[in-house]
Amino acid sequence: MNKKNNLLNVFYLLVPGFVLLISFTHIPAVKTLMNSFYSTAKGRRASKFVGLENYETLWLDATFWKVFSNNIIYALGVIPSSILLSLGMALWVNSKIIGRPFLRFSYFLPTVLPLIAVGNIWLFFYAPGFGLIDQIVTSLGFPSLNILGSQESSLFGVMAVGIWKEAGFYMIFYLAGLQAIPPDLKEAAMIEGANKWYIFWRITFPLLTPTTLFVSVNAVINSFRQIDHIVVMTQGGPDYASTLLLYYIYESAFVFWDTAYATTLSVILILLLCLIAIGQFFVLDKKVHYQ
Amino acid sequence: MIKTFLKIISLFVLTISLSSSAKAVELEFYFPVAVGGAAATTVEELSNKYMELNPGVTLKPIYAGSYTDATTKAITAAKGGNPPPMAVLIAIDIFKFYDEDLVMPWDDILTAEEKENWIGGFYPAFMKNSQIDGVTYGIPFQRSTPVLYYNKDAFREAGLDPERPPQNWAEQLEYAKKLTKKGSDGNIERYGIRIPTKGFPSWLTSGLIYQNGGQMTNGLGTETFLDTPEVIEAVQYLVDLSEKHKVMRPGTLEWGATPKAFFEGQTAMMWTTTGNLTNVRKNAPFDFGVAMLPAGKSFGAPTGGGNFYIFKGTPADELEATKDFVKWMTAPDQAGVWTMATGYVAPRPDAWETQAMKDYVADFPPALVAKEQLAYADAEFSTYENPKTVKIFNTALENVMSGSISPADAMKQAQIDIDKILKDYR
Amino acid sequence: MRTIANFLSERLNVIGAWLLALLWVMPLLYAIWAAIHPIEYEANFDIFAPLTTYNFTNAWSQAPFARYLINTVMMTTMIVISQFILCTFVAFAFARFEFPFKNILFAMVLLQLLIMPDILIVENYKTIRFLGLMDTILAIGLPYMASGFGIFLLRQTFKSIPKELDDAARIDGAGVLRIIWNVYVPLSMPTFVAYGLVSISFHWNNFLWPLIITNSVETRPLTVGLSIFSMSEAGVEWATISAGTLMTTAPLFIAFLIFQRQFIASFMTAGIK
Repeated sequence: MNKKNNLLNVFYLLVPGFVLLISFTHIPAVKTLMNSFYSTAKGRRASKFVGLENYETLWLDATFWKVFSNNIIYALGVIPSSILLSLGMALWVNSKIIGRPFLRFSYFLPTVLPLIAVGNIWLFFYAPGFGLIDQIVTSLGFPSLNILGSQESSLFGVMAVGIWKEAGFYMIFYLAGLQAIPPDLKEAAMIEGANKWYIFWRITFPLLTPTTLFVSVNAVINSFRQIDHIVVMTQGGPDYASTLLLYYIYESAFVFWDTAYATTLSVILILLLCLIAIGQFFVLDKKVHYQ
Repeated sequence: MIKTFLKIISLFVLTISLSSSAKAVELEFYFPVAVGGAAATTVEELSNKYMELNPGVTLKPIYAGSYTDATTKAITAAKGGNPPPMAVLIAIDIFKFYDEDLVMPWDDILTAEEKENWIGGFYPAFMKNSQIDGVTYGIPFQRSTPVLYYNKDAFREAGLDPERPPQNWAEQLEYAKKLTKKGSDGNIERYGIRIPTKGFPSWLTSGLIYQNGGQMTNGLGTETFLDTPEVIEAVQYLVDLSEKHKVMRPGTLEWGATPKAFFEGQTAMMWTTTGNLTNVRKNAPFDFGVAMLPAGKSFGAPTGGGNFYIFKGTPADELEATKDFVKWMTAPDQAGVWTMATGYVAPRPDAWETQAMKDYVADFPPALVAKEQLAYADAEFSTYENPKTVKIFNTALENVMSGSISPADAMKQAQIDIDKILKDYR
Repeated sequence: MRTIANFLSERLNVIGAWLLALLWVMPLLYAIWAAIHPIEYEANFDIFAPLTTYNFTNAWSQAPFARYLINTVMMTTMIVISQFILCTFVAFAFARFEFPFKNILFAMVLLQLLIMPDILIVENYKTIRFLGLMDTILAIGLPYMASGFGIFLLRQTFKSIPKELDDAARIDGAGVLRIIWNVYVPLSMPTFVAYGLVSISFHWNNFLWPLIITNSVETRPLTVGLSIFSMSEAGVEWATISAGTLMTTAPLFIAFLIFQRQFIASFMTAGIK
């Protein structure tokens, strides 16, 4: 009787949340997979089953491979940098440095500004000729730069904005982690004559590994879902040099209206995300030091 | 337990329903908005005036962003089962809307007299991207051509006659060379010319193509001719400006930053839409001139801009109201107001004959340039699957401009890629 | 005992931290500069440039920012309240009950952490269309209401609350909901605050999904409104855009200034380790 009551309670508690969860995460994920085997429906032609044809198109699509490698480069660039920076920021903010409130405010500021809004400001910074960066660069005697306008550098220009946006957010988690380290550990070490670096590497950092794990999983997810800055700054160009997978999906689905292809791309994105996040979890989990 | 549970759920539903009461119900139309011109306020003013004259009709103009955004919005709404009755959308997406079976031919709601006098009264150049097989799908409204803006002060400084803009390709190059200026540090501080090439270089490039006697499409939306000498030469002229003659900033140049570069004196001449005219007039801190794009083998320019489309699924009474509104908007007085506020080209000859327009043009002659160029203007690049095909063309051009591929190779590849898409439509 | 190396490294630290902070705050500084000066000074950093409020009035008149703000507040409030309710229920079930398939169901929750609704835009768009909810504020929030992150956080917090308090309440005759409301919610306040702030910030700034789902001014949030406002055929007018940006980010910004300490403090107490 009690057990039945129990299960009933659980049922009521879980149902509202799970209905939404399943409707907007699990079912769409499955449908994405299923729809990737059909062609796009047009006003005058219905959609039809085409098996692996969409995947074949994808495999042969040079743009896809370009976008794919862009995403990898973006992830490899943004994730470690933003994590390292955020750790540094947390250490600084946590120490007795002058002007801590200002530092904390500045580091965290990008988190509260919508990326789409700030994208325009960054566009100004990067503008060749009259943009801020170019003004500085040329006043130092160097030739003018067209960062967002050249294939080699547009992705990096976009990556810088990604790092700028995320680092402050991760800083908060590291701050929490730092404050959770018992001060007596550090005191004991200092009494024993350990210097700052030793304390950091042997005590602080290992104790922060759970935070690092949490932050890095977040960073992976963010590097795949943040494309607002691309929409405003480069629209993925020049020639897809700064296009990330999600942007390509958006473009295929809502600009070209090639929904079948967009769906196929989504499958790849989901697979990639799962692989990296889960892989990361397993690799790092071994190294995580739990208290 | 279940009672409290239900109470909470109803609270939840209440919270949601309070916020979901916000849903649009009026006669709405999307239009791409230009910041910097008085375009947004002008559209609102015109709509308000129409509503005053026609009580019983509620108009709701909706800002939709760039042309690409506006197209996306309209298609999203239409596919979502909630099409707007009408929208101002880029003329060249006509084949896309037709293919997705989203728009209605205007012919269906026009009388024979209207077809002859109203449709027949638009500039033919603008109708080229507005009809399929002679059936009208778009009514020209926010139309333009690119023009050459030039800095008269810079001309004087370089020893050029400020009242004599370059007339042809050779002069354009020669002037650009004279206008390019180096600073004391050896770096170029002012380029002679700026033809923006980032994002949608195809529009301005098609000006060069027409000037060189080339044709990009077959007009039916099913075939392109990019791999032809006329097209390749035009692209070569463009890339030579930055690569060979160094009179234009290298790399792909941002469309949105071009007026600013002009105002800041970083380029002495610029190619951009006549729709920027009022913006330039307001903000240029120097004496400037406007001219037709210099001739190659002849003068030439693409038309551009947006048309009014009507969407399938719109009830008959809304269609009638829409037709009346659009006729009013394109009538001489309103077209004049629109042109004066923005610099877009009034799409009918009769619009230029009103006293208000004549006064305006007398006071500000540059406004006439785009209209006079219409005699040499031709259709903008438009095919089936236009968003995709024009992107292929655009990225090919971007690649040429960033120096990574030759015009011949780029156009050849673009032609192949576009053929793959269009073969299903032939 | 301070050696020279120590001294130098301290100074370098301060300089480094400050340089980074200045770099980080640069976009905001520029936005303020461009917004309060006439358009000719967008790229011209003349200290004695005249000040103006024209950009703000211009930006305000060019787009219905007031409406966008209302939409954003409505949407964010709706989402956060729904998240609080739904996630609390689910988290409590996982924290305090045993039931079949518990692990599988929890894995399903964790999956949402990874596969966010943004990635499934194509399918979710179809679902919303199917439900007839296109162009509604509700549609913006629906995919996010059952938040894996929220469930995860709350479950962790709930687990740390001593079970004896449950039992005490149960003896007094309280049912599940009463226990949640009287015992768990008050004790988890820091987590709710932290999560609420993160969620508000996330949804205030969310762009892609609202872009696709909304079409009209009545439903459009600030982010979409700003993007439309700034992408034009004519050219980018940084003065106006900066003014618009400042106006629309001000609420969040000011809230952050005020709640900085609480925000960070609640993260610590919430035990995010």
